[in-house]
Amino acid sequence: MRIPLSWLREYTQLPTDATAEDLMADLVTVGLEEEDVHGFELTGPIVVGKVLEKVPEEHSNGKTINWTHVQVVPDGAPQELEGKGIEPSGVQGVVCGAHNFEVGDKVIVALPGAILPGNFAISVRKTYGHTSAGMIASEAELGLGEGHAGIVVLSEWGLDPEIGTDVRALLHLDDEAAEINVTPDRGYVLSMRGVAREYGLATGTEFTDPAAAVNVPVPNEDGWPVRVEDQAPIHGAPGASRFVARRVDNVDPTALTPQWMVSRLRLAGIRPLSLPVDISNYVMLELGQPLHFYDAEKLTGPIVVRRAAADETLETLDGKTRTLHPEDLLITDDSGAIGMAGVMGGLATEVGDDTTSVLIESANFDPISISRSQRRHRLPSEASKRNTRGVDWHVADKAAQRAAELLVELAGGTINPGVTDIGEAPVAQPVRLRADYPSKVVGYDYTEEQINDVLVQLGAYVTQQRDDSDGTTIFDVIPPSWRLDIEIAEDLVEEVARLVGYSKIPATLPVPPPGRGLTKRQRSRRQVANALASAGLIETLSYPFVTVAQNQKFGAADETSAQTQRMVKLANPISSEFGWLRTTILPGLLETLRRNVSRGFRDIALYESGLVFLPGERIGSAHIPPLGAKPTAEVLAEIEAGIPEQPHRIAAVFAGHDSHPGPDHTPRRYDWQDPIAAALDIADVVGAELTVRQGKHQAFHPGRNAELVVAGEVIGHAGELLPQLIDTWDLPARTAALELDLDALIAAGPDVVEAAPVVSYPATYQDVALVVDAAVVAADVQKTLRSAAGELLEGISLFDVYTGTGIADDKKSLAFNLRFRAADRTLTADEASEARLAAINAAEAEHGAVLR
Amino acid sequence: MTDTSNLPPEVSPADETAVNQAVEAAIAAFEQASNLDELKAARISHTGDNAPLTLANRLIGKLDKAEKADAGKRMGQARGKMNTALAAREEQLQAEYEARMLVEETVDVTTVVRRRRHGARHPLELLQERASDIFIGMGWEIAEGPELESEWYNFDALNFEPDHPAREMQDTFFVEPADGHLLLRTHTSPVQIRAMLERGAPTYILVPGKTFRTDELDATHTPVFHQFEGLAVDKGLTMADLRGTLEYFATSMFGSEAAIRLRPNFFPFTEPSAELDVWYPNAKGGPQWVEWGGCGMVHPQVLRAAGIDPNVYSGFAFGMGVERTLMFRNGVTDMHDMIEGDVRFSSQFGMEI
Repeated sequence: MRIPLSWLREYTQLPTDATAEDLMADLVTVGLEEEDVHGFELTGPIVVGKVLEKVPEEHSNGKTINWTHVQVVPDGAPQELEGKGIEPSGVQGVVCGAHNFEVGDKVIVALPGAILPGNFAISVRKTYGHTSAGMIASEAELGLGEGHAGIVVLSEWGLDPEIGTDVRALLHLDDEAAEINVTPDRGYVLSMRGVAREYGLATGTEFTDPAAAVNVPVPNEDGWPVRVEDQAPIHGAPGASRFVARRVDNVDPTALTPQWMVSRLRLAGIRPLSLPVDISNYVMLELGQPLHFYDAEKLTGPIVVRRAAADETLETLDGKTRTLHPEDLLITDDSGAIGMAGVMGGLATEVGDDTTSVLIESANFDPISISRSQRRHRLPSEASKRNTRGVDWHVADKAAQRAAELLVELAGGTINPGVTDIGEAPVAQPVRLRADYPSKVVGYDYTEEQINDVLVQLGAYVTQQRDDSDGTTIFDVIPPSWRLDIEIAEDLVEEVARLVGYSKIPATLPVPPPGRGLTKRQRSRRQVANALASAGLIETLSYPFVTVAQNQKFGAADETSAQTQRMVKLANPISSEFGWLRTTILPGLLETLRRNVSRGFRDIALYESGLVFLPGERIGSAHIPPLGAKPTAEVLAEIEAGIPEQPHRIAAVFAGHDSHPGPDHTPRRYDWQDPIAAALDIADVVGAELTVRQGKHQAFHPGRNAELVVAGEVIGHAGELLPQLIDTWDLPARTAALELDLDALIAAGPDVVEAAPVVSYPATYQDVALVVDAAVVAADVQKTLRSAAGELLEGISLFDVYTGTGIADDKKSLAFNLRFRAADRTLTADEASEARLAAINAAEAEHGAVLR
Repeated sequence: MTDTSNLPPEVSPADETAVNQAVEAAIAAFEQASNLDELKAARISHTGDNAPLTLANRLIGKLDKAEKADAGKRMGQARGKMNTALAAREEQLQAEYEARMLVEETVDVTTVVRRRRHGARHPLELLQERASDIFIGMGWEIAEGPELESEWYNFDALNFEPDHPAREMQDTFFVEPADGHLLLRTHTSPVQIRAMLERGAPTYILVPGKTFRTDELDATHTPVFHQFEGLAVDKGLTMADLRGTLEYFATSMFGSEAAIRLRPNFFPFTEPSAELDVWYPNAKGGPQWVEWGGCGMVHPQVLRAAGIDPNVYSGFAFGMGVERTLMFRNGVTDMHDMIEGDVRFSSQFGMEI
């Protein structure tokens, strides 16, 4: 809402020297947030001039200009301005490119020293062989719109001011506007009337209600016939609870809108269009009541407010034919729909230049109905903005009267004596407030007097009684008709708190029951993230919006499961291509990798952790329980069942080298092993047992990818990405990646770590090198050795894989280190050797291993 | 006759002057040795088998019985004096040698490069962890919820009327099918409801997490962003408790000079409601009030939706943008930096924010 200061001054004690900033500083204390300042950006000498001489000159560039002399001081008066280019004679020589004026016309002259919008400074300049000392200004140059071509001829605006008059004062351009943000509960502040009240409350100064100044004649039977026939009210609320219709005849719609109104509308952010439209907008801004004007001559029969019929259409003011919805509330006459109530009028009954009789509609519509229609037809407007927030029922007749009076005053109309006003005032529900309640909620001791004052200032009707049991005063409050947001005691508490001042609220620190710290999942997630960062990876975040192809490629192990993979589609994505929710983190992470590579970072390891979206058969649930009541367990369970699984995943990518080269340091190239090792690392961090086995995943190199297995379940994949994929994505060669289900990994970790005793008897170390077929998996051999070596084996690790000289082509040699220890004695070499032999024998039996 | 000119003069153990001279000569030789090798040579020539005093010592037995005792004593003292000098010199030269070795082994310690590129956490994650730790320190707990959420949790349970303009202002991402009533949560507030349903009252929770609105990415907007959401439900909680909690959070986050300011505002799920500004003394461009978030007393309808009796319990809630916090706290001026994942951005933070 933009507030022209001169307008607000009409109803308040706003000081004459107050700026828009001052006003906003006051309004912010009652919850109206400051947004911006708007003005006309005109400074310096801009005056009324009279054209004394106009000599057209044709120039070699084909252009004809006028060499003019304009008088800028009244006859016989001295030029009081001084400065470069100001002629003491009061007559300025000015080159003008426009032709729409004659000698004798009064025009607007920007003298040297003036600054026009866009920081356009006027100075003396040599042009077309003359010294031009000023500019005869057009509407556009003054920032007043693009309405007319050529310069402003004041007589066309109905003005005949004295020569030398300051134009900013003449055209009311010395005003400015403060823009405030009005929260959606406070529809009444979308009017000067509401702002005036809030300013009065904020500053504790007097204000007047502009609606109170309007005297409305008693309704009679002679007005335009109107009926409300709402066949399908929404939530039982009639589409229109009041409809006022007034007729003004003998109107000249082409009369000029006075400059004070033009200036205020512009500052309020509304483009002046024609006098009738300007008046309806002006009254809406003043009183908060949206109006609609019909050309009464174009109406046929009584006005009926009803819902649309199926497939009914309406050509709206913007020239578009709209197919209506049975829930749309319509204004109709015998010809059919003539307007979409509270949203936009119809083209057929529009007021035009030939209109002589205007029918004013001032109605109170159901906010929910208007809200749905404007959303359905995507027609947000100043009118619908107010109608959807709720308008004061009691202002409709005043607004109609005010508009009628302005049509009389400015458009020469005469008010038709017929007054239509149908509908019944809503019965205001009193809200009960105990005097001790505000203090209980806020924690500040409000006196009964303070509370009463606030309620009265709000415009509420207040009665008091006493609670006999403890003597506490009880206020029964009927909120003012414009405060549709006040429904419960808490709403009144806010009024008390905000008008006494939020700054009065003290600070205390509540003491919660003792907390349990982070949960295991939260702790483990942090540890995993920290471990990867400590290992040299950089954490990044990407949007969860992906393409179908990306989900299919990375979110499914093979082509078949890719085709059947379920995913969630956004109804209103920012990009329709990236219109699905990720079932895998990798596409986003690879995109981040690619971005970094394109910026010159080719040696890089990144990770991201976050949710993926894995819908089941059903997405969502049709039933939405009502507000303000706890749904039953069954309903909650049904809602829950419709929410797709969203496990927390972690993904990492490795490309290029692990470090920069340096003296005595050669970087290591990342390869397929890094993501697998990283997976093992984070499993260790959370204490989970993760096993690695040869995997199959279409996004990975078929020979270089591992399935990550926890408790028999595959929880992720790691390895080198498929080379073709690396090419397609334009990633560094041999880029390797990892993605796993962090929730599942963490769940596999122990709740409590069981400690084994630390044995201090010495260990015996033995190595064993086994030759096996190349296809035999090292992990399997290790598993066999471990179980066959018996309980004396404390640890085993693979320390070398060898192929080449001395080993047959289809074989490989696996070298393990075995650590033996007994819990109760020093182990002899024979005991260790015996256990080793048992292990070798088992490997031979199970894997055909031969001791090397 | 052998040439004896190069041999040291023979010393008689009985000749005190000669013995003393030999000792002096030995000590002088030790002193002159400038390194351990030279000292070794001097040692051999003055204490070795052919050294004058060694030879003299052997002659003691040939002396008269009367001279023997004196000579023995003299020679013992002489050898003792010489050995003491030798040991002292050796220790000195050894020390010099070791010191020189250390000097010679000096390296340019500035040539070391990182063996592994250093990793980093994302600052938005670090900031959420920092906030979580502050609240855990007060005894609160950390709650979470799904990002793809039911409309009921995101709106209805939070007292957003179905056709109220407040719902439209949230710029919501909906998912198909429309009658499934699922959306990407527009704020972390649905977790208020989940936490209350799960935990009942009293409840004190902080909810850090991702949120979504249909804004195009620019310097100050992003369709995916993060919030911290706080909720306290207990008997007798007031707006003063809300203010105290926010003040504590602000000073923990921005330093002891930080202050907060509440301005009236509107949210469907709180009443009274307030906008929260923080006085940030270290802001770029000087100390200033910065809009930080929204807050208020939990609306009775919200408590009812979660099965909590508003006549018994009251609560307060607050929420603020993590991105916004990072922007003014850490001087980040462009939202792109936070979401593009450029390694230069996160690397500045490492593991600490």
